[in-house]
Amino acid sequence: MKVIIDGHEIEVEPGTTILQAARMMGGPSVPPAMCYYSKLEDTGGNCRACLVEVSKGSDADERPMPKLMASCKTTVMDGMEVKNLSSPRVMEARKAVTEFLLINHPLDCPVCDQAGECDLQNLSYQHGKELTRFKEEKRTFEPENIGDKIQLHMNRCILCYRCVKTAEQITDGRVHGVCGRGDHAQISTYITAAIDNDFSGNVIDVCPVGALTDKTFRFKSRVWFNKPFNAHRDCDKCCGKTTLWMFGDEIQRVTARKDVYHEVEEFICNECRFDHKDTADWVVEGPRKFEKFSVINQNNYTRKLDTVVIDTEKQILKGRDQDRVKISMTNVPFKEEESKK
Amino acid sequence: MAKKILLDKINIPGIKSYEVYRQNGGYASVEKAIKTMTPDAITEEVKASGLRGRGGAGFPMGLKWSFIDKKSGKPRHLVCNADESEPGTFKDRYLMEHIPHLLIEGMITSSYALGANLSYIYIRGEYMWVYKIIERAIKEAYAAGWLGKNILGSDYSLDLHVHCGAGAYICGEETALIESLEGKRGNPRIKPPFPAVSGLWGNPTVVNNVESISNVPWIVNNSGEEFAKIGLGRSTGTKLISASGHIKKPGVYEIELGITVDEFINSEEYCGGMIDDRPIKALIPGGSSVPILPAHLIYKTAEGEDRLMTYESLSEGGFATGSMMGSGGFIVYNDTACIVRNTWNFAKFYAHESCGQCSPCREGTGWMEKVLYRIETGHGTSEDIDLLWDIQRKIEGNTICPLGDAAAWPVAAAIRHFREEFEYHIQFPEKVKNRNHFVDEPFESIKHLVTK
Amino acid sequence: MENKNYTQVINITPELKSRIDELISHYPADKRKSALLPVLHEVQDAHDNWLSADLMAKVAEILEITPIEVFEVVTFYTMYNQKPMGKYMFEFCLTSCCSLRGAEDMLEYACEKLGIQPGGTTEDGMFSVVGVQCLGACGYAPMMQLGDFYKEHLTPAQIDQIIEDCKAGKIILHDK
Repeated sequence: MKVIIDGHEIEVEPGTTILQAARMMGGPSVPPAMCYYSKLEDTGGNCRACLVEVSKGSDADERPMPKLMASCKTTVMDGMEVKNLSSPRVMEARKAVTEFLLINHPLDCPVCDQAGECDLQNLSYQHGKELTRFKEEKRTFEPENIGDKIQLHMNRCILCYRCVKTAEQITDGRVHGVCGRGDHAQISTYITAAIDNDFSGNVIDVCPVGALTDKTFRFKSRVWFNKPFNAHRDCDKCCGKTTLWMFGDEIQRVTARKDVYHEVEEFICNECRFDHKDTADWVVEGPRKFEKFSVINQNNYTRKLDTVVIDTEKQILKGRDQDRVKISMTNVPFKEEESKK
Repeated sequence: MAKKILLDKINIPGIKSYEVYRQNGGYASVEKAIKTMTPDAITEEVKASGLRGRGGAGFPMGLKWSFIDKKSGKPRHLVCNADESEPGTFKDRYLMEHIPHLLIEGMITSSYALGANLSYIYIRGEYMWVYKIIERAIKEAYAAGWLGKNILGSDYSLDLHVHCGAGAYICGEETALIESLEGKRGNPRIKPPFPAVSGLWGNPTVVNNVESISNVPWIVNNSGEEFAKIGLGRSTGTKLISASGHIKKPGVYEIELGITVDEFINSEEYCGGMIDDRPIKALIPGGSSVPILPAHLIYKTAEGEDRLMTYESLSEGGFATGSMMGSGGFIVYNDTACIVRNTWNFAKFYAHESCGQCSPCREGTGWMEKVLYRIETGHGTSEDIDLLWDIQRKIEGNTICPLGDAAAWPVAAAIRHFREEFEYHIQFPEKVKNRNHFVDEPFESIKHLVTK
Repeated sequence: MENKNYTQVINITPELKSRIDELISHYPADKRKSALLPVLHEVQDAHDNWLSADLMAKVAEILEITPIEVFEVVTFYTMYNQKPMGKYMFEFCLTSCCSLRGAEDMLEYACEKLGIQPGGTTEDGMFSVVGVQCLGACGYAPMMQLGDFYKEHLTPAQIDQIIEDCKAGKIILHDK
């Protein structure tokens, strides 16, 4: 089947969704996905961040679809034309969704372990506003302890349902779910119970925000100060293929390997994730590559950077010598005799 | 007296019981259908009747039936939507409470037409006593041989059960209702697939409103063509209207589609005019989700035509100057009502009833409620009206199910037609502290104070 | 989630069990979960109008599903109480049509009369007063739900009478 997204054409199999087709194509026309997760069944449709405009239904029925469609849930038709970046309606809706997701979000990125690898941060950088129009007090939830390995921060949750689907599909017994409804719906075990079984740690990896984080890594480091390495070990429970997040010789965190859409390549078990923090347990394969423009990559300078020259610097304190005494400027050193004036 | 289809026997003493219902011609449509008609012939009659879904969307019922997937070979289901929860609507309850066998008869005839052998009536949990009435009526129908195996000696079998909800407006949305019937949270499903292909337990399913199904026996007995003669144009048949608010005689009325709004509000046969003869200020003709109409657009359309009780006339002028028939929840407001307060009340309802699944609705409905509360209690600012407009615009059309639209439309219409009243609340915060602020001092008398 | 510390005596009587079995029989054998909502109503009615976590777990066991599936449902629907409520729960509809006809006044009257705040329960555990969303009785406003039934066209005098009748044990809550 042929589908055109933002003017680019691609051939895909019947049954492919618009989002999948866009991912096959790659590039800037891939809609953001906050809830859809290709490795899990029956995800998507909730966050509305991936809404796109279908400007032509198909070759057989050329009528445009009146509403914006969730690209993760809409399968392509032959000859369909989709507008993502090229549609002002889509851009406006995406801004709106970003704003909705942020009004009750605590914006506590400075103390959030997810910062730097957070999908909501990325969405906000692209589509967010600097100012909030939300004057009311933000919604908060009572903290709930779900065990000694996983930290639940309900205030940050965007209710993507990924962790619920993970527990349903990857682990052998779901003990948490979505309780309550409306803007007070929350991820909970209802009776404070530990989410604990061999694969429960995967909820951390699938969480798009900082609602579920690794307790063993809590406040240890900002993610961009860690150096990621691909590593593996023989594991009888899972593939054993992981990314180690190192600070010097110390393994501070172990995660599954994530692809360009931040989805895990393969799920890993809790033993690999939590119990092997010694480099001797791992065969290190080498550094893991990162997206060029990601926050994490900002600490991995691979090219020589130009020296930043600010021309105004020399002129800036001209005639204000009193101030120059107080301010040290390396490019314009303060001379001894100047102080005697 | 106007033509009655649903309520013609409502005043017969004991019509609630099986015996009286049967003595008065009840279950005739089942006999006629099973003995003399094919399922497809019934669907054709319903198509010919032009009957439009009475739950709110107004989708042609026969057409909806024809979409059901008969090729897959999976069991099919008919589910009756008796989760009536739209503020202003209480007609289905009236039918089920007073003439329960009419619905059961409709369910049997309709299930036969769809080839469904297992059907359900999903009733809202708050209507618990009605649930019991229906449950007993179903037992009577089983005992009399109208349900169960080989009905009337034919090879058609049907099991019918009643299922109760537990307090969730969203379960009136057909896919949320199906989820709820499966014992889950009432989160609407993403469509497609539509229930006609994959509904209850993944089987092809049709979901119809109580009133829609209750019309089927008459259509089968009298033909679709006869039904289509009643009413006006594409608004065929009769319609139950739930009338409430500031009128002399609130209640459920069966009207022939096509009478004027004026007649409905002011005639003795129906609402009997305004309570205390105060002036009418606004009308919501189709339940809380539809746009509110200001006084000058109630009896006449913007074009100066008489406003009629039809799907077409009520929506004449689009959202700019019209509204919708919706579910027939007819709420009348006099000059003592505060539109801002009422809009906040609805916003609170939608925020409370949002399932919380998709972000625009979950966050947006709560946000609108908070802003409206601020304005209503005298804490609003001049930017708040535009903010509110912007929020509703960004919810509408961007959600999984129509609850987002339903929450957005009343806010939009209130601002569109009653902006001055919002401005009054912002300019005179001291005057709106008391919740009955327009009772002693109707807005009309102080409107001039608002500065533009 | 809140309120998990109240204790509740669980007693699935033979009558209750047979009613549950009857409800389960309304659905295909492999779809027992479908009976969840009606079963929860029955179980709640038989257990002082509320559902503890243990009781929910019991329901899960009966329906052969996991407890979290029950918790998710109980917390979604408003009619299930997760903490003890008054024996007589006055649920006043406060949505538009009722509000136009003085629903807030009636709720406040009942609260004043019983000496409690909206959402509160009297110390003796007899009465609760709560405001709820549209109950589908818009034409008969103001009104409230009491057990399985509606009390409509309310006036202060009628509320007084209902309270008296409750105290005298004359009010039937459930139609069994």
